[in-house]
Amino acid sequence: MDKDVMSTPVSPMDVLKQLQALTPARIGLNRSGSSISTREMLKFDLDHAHARDAVHLPFAADLIEQKLRDQDIHVLRVQSRANDRTAYLQRPDLGRLINGASLSVLEEFRSTENRASDLCIIVADGLSTRSIHDNALPFMDHFRPIAYRHGWSCTPVVIAEQARVAIADDIGSALGARISIILIGERPGLSASDSMGIYMTWAPKKGRTDAQRNCISNIRPQGLDCPTAARELEGLITSAMAQKVSGVEMQRSDGLLP
Amino acid sequence: MPSSPYTHTIGSKAFQFSDLKDLLAKASPLKSGDCLAGVAAESEAQRVAARFLLADLPLADFLNDTVIPYEEDEVTRLIMDTHDADAFAPLSSMTVGEFRDWLLAYDTTAKELSRVSPGITPEMAAAVSKLMRNQDLILTAHKIETITRFRSTIGLKGHLSSRLQPNHPTDDPKGIVAAIIDGLLNGIGDAVIGINPVTDDIPGTSELLILLDDIRRRYHMPVQSCILTHVTNTLAIIEQKGPVDIVFQSIAGTEGANTGFGITLALLQEARDAALSLKRGTIGNQVMYFETGQGSALSADAHHGVDQQTLEARTYAVARQYDPLLVNTVVGFIGPEYLYDGTQIIRAGLEDHFCGKLLGLPMGCDICYTNHAQADQNDMDNLLTLLGAAGVNFIMGVPGADDVMLNYQSTSFHDTNYLRQVMGLKCAPEFESWLKAMGIIDDKQRLVSNAAPPRLLSYLKEI
Repeated sequence: MDKDVMSTPVSPMDVLKQLQALTPARIGLNRSGSSISTREMLKFDLDHAHARDAVHLPFAADLIEQKLRDQDIHVLRVQSRANDRTAYLQRPDLGRLINGASLSVLEEFRSTENRASDLCIIVADGLSTRSIHDNALPFMDHFRPIAYRHGWSCTPVVIAEQARVAIADDIGSALGARISIILIGERPGLSASDSMGIYMTWAPKKGRTDAQRNCISNIRPQGLDCPTAARELEGLITSAMAQKVSGVEMQRSDGLLP
Repeated sequence: MPSSPYTHTIGSKAFQFSDLKDLLAKASPLKSGDCLAGVAAESEAQRVAARFLLADLPLADFLNDTVIPYEEDEVTRLIMDTHDADAFAPLSSMTVGEFRDWLLAYDTTAKELSRVSPGITPEMAAAVSKLMRNQDLILTAHKIETITRFRSTIGLKGHLSSRLQPNHPTDDPKGIVAAIIDGLLNGIGDAVIGINPVTDDIPGTSELLILLDDIRRRYHMPVQSCILTHVTNTLAIIEQKGPVDIVFQSIAGTEGANTGFGITLALLQEARDAALSLKRGTIGNQVMYFETGQGSALSADAHHGVDQQTLEARTYAVARQYDPLLVNTVVGFIGPEYLYDGTQIIRAGLEDHFCGKLLGLPMGCDICYTNHAQADQNDMDNLLTLLGAAGVNFIMGVPGADDVMLNYQSTSFHDTNYLRQVMGLKCAPEFESWLKAMGIIDDKQRLVSNAAPPRLLSYLKEI
């Protein structure tokens, strides 16, 4: 028999507690019989509650619009063809398209101000409204000076409700932008329900695929912070403008991402 | 216009269905994925009309009509070319409705079911399932025993195995071993110890495989290990003489969806032959582990207008060709656009388990959901308990039900032990002996709580 380093009788649970540092997985949970003990169960329930709330919390689009207007930023509002959260969750195809009234709003704007812009920034609820409530405006605060420094022209900021990533194609092309940038709530996990993602697409138009987009993921206070995300986006935009392409075909030159 | 052969009248209203696949789709219980595909029934009355028609449809019709043309799809060709007419003979004059009655009859036992199994096509299984309530799916599946072996025996009546799933967000070996030890101390791992790797490349996968093999041999564990990487990676590792026990692959029910997975039937055959040549099994040599799930063909845009449950049954025709050790329907992973809520997830889990068992497969289920589905732990408890009653071969064992790599909720170690307690189920006999020898469970099958930690805890210090 091999001489065991842990031959002193200790509870396996004590040892497992020490192993918890090795993985974010829920190991070494206290048991009641063979079942999960009360406190451990409640911790799980709390994480699930955060994730559920992040999906179903109503989108505070009015408040976001107001805060942008307070900074003299022009805002347009659009809706996808998914009329409510239930339709949105079951019909991703509808979440990728803007509805007829929204298209009119964009076309009307285009008819009054018919000039091409460099960027079209879209703020969309996606699968976590909470992530947008928490992260969208702080991110914009960091990104705006960067855009100003480069002299990039911008369309009004578009707030999109019940939206999937590809709605940026409809919006960007309707407003005649060279690049669409959508800030969107990522699918919440148990460990993080407040992650925002950003997708950048060169020459947005209907039919663009995910391979033609670049993504910055996991933007949240405990993940990728807003200043870093803003600098990453700066690098992506610079590369896209130089190469007139985005997605897998675009070469990265800033060295910020692997 | 000639009227469709598939017409049913309720009162003054005639319901027409354009062809066999339309009839099957309209007869399906409501699933968001069928609505997304545009094939679902438009009203509840239409759904029942389709079920009335289906009940009177001769089973033999499924041998003369296909839901996806023979010329266009190698899965259809596999189904038709491997059909066993002798096994089908006892069913050949039945309608789908009579088939349901026969399945439920007292005299239809495991023996009869296993005899006719090679004569049942997946479309027949899917059709009859659409006439069955949840309890019918449970009762029939419960009769069937599908036993498989490699180093442990899985699927014996009165037993429940589980896959230990020690995933880690960066494939960190210590983190993975910590989760394995926790699982073993909870009596989990007798179906397989299987890791979903983050880095899906050959060197990374090989490293994890060697880690699993080392820990298994050192503690003489009667289990098999598997890295859930693409079959081409596993083939390359076999060529490099890596310690491959079990070949994993996700599969689907149409040629197009399988192309999306980067596989053909020939590739699966090649992988199975390669794994068999290693002769690593001790008490059996069933070397394939397949994962499936309703909605995969639609998500690959290769569904041919067929409903997702029928396509899932066709997936089992692919699986049964390769004599698998484990077939796992990952029922709620795909999201609410395919299975919207607890009701749909539970129904799909029971359908898949039933159809797989009827076609002779060793069915397990990843009872799971994502945070944007209308489901919670209680829904999973319900499906878990129902599948326990149906005699599921194995379920997943994920630490605390929270997979920190794949970001979804599955079943915990504790869920397996709950089911073992309430249903009086035991783990695989070889694994039970090992757990006892290691001092992890006592003679009453209870987890030992205050014993000295087993020797394997020291393993962590070495890696």
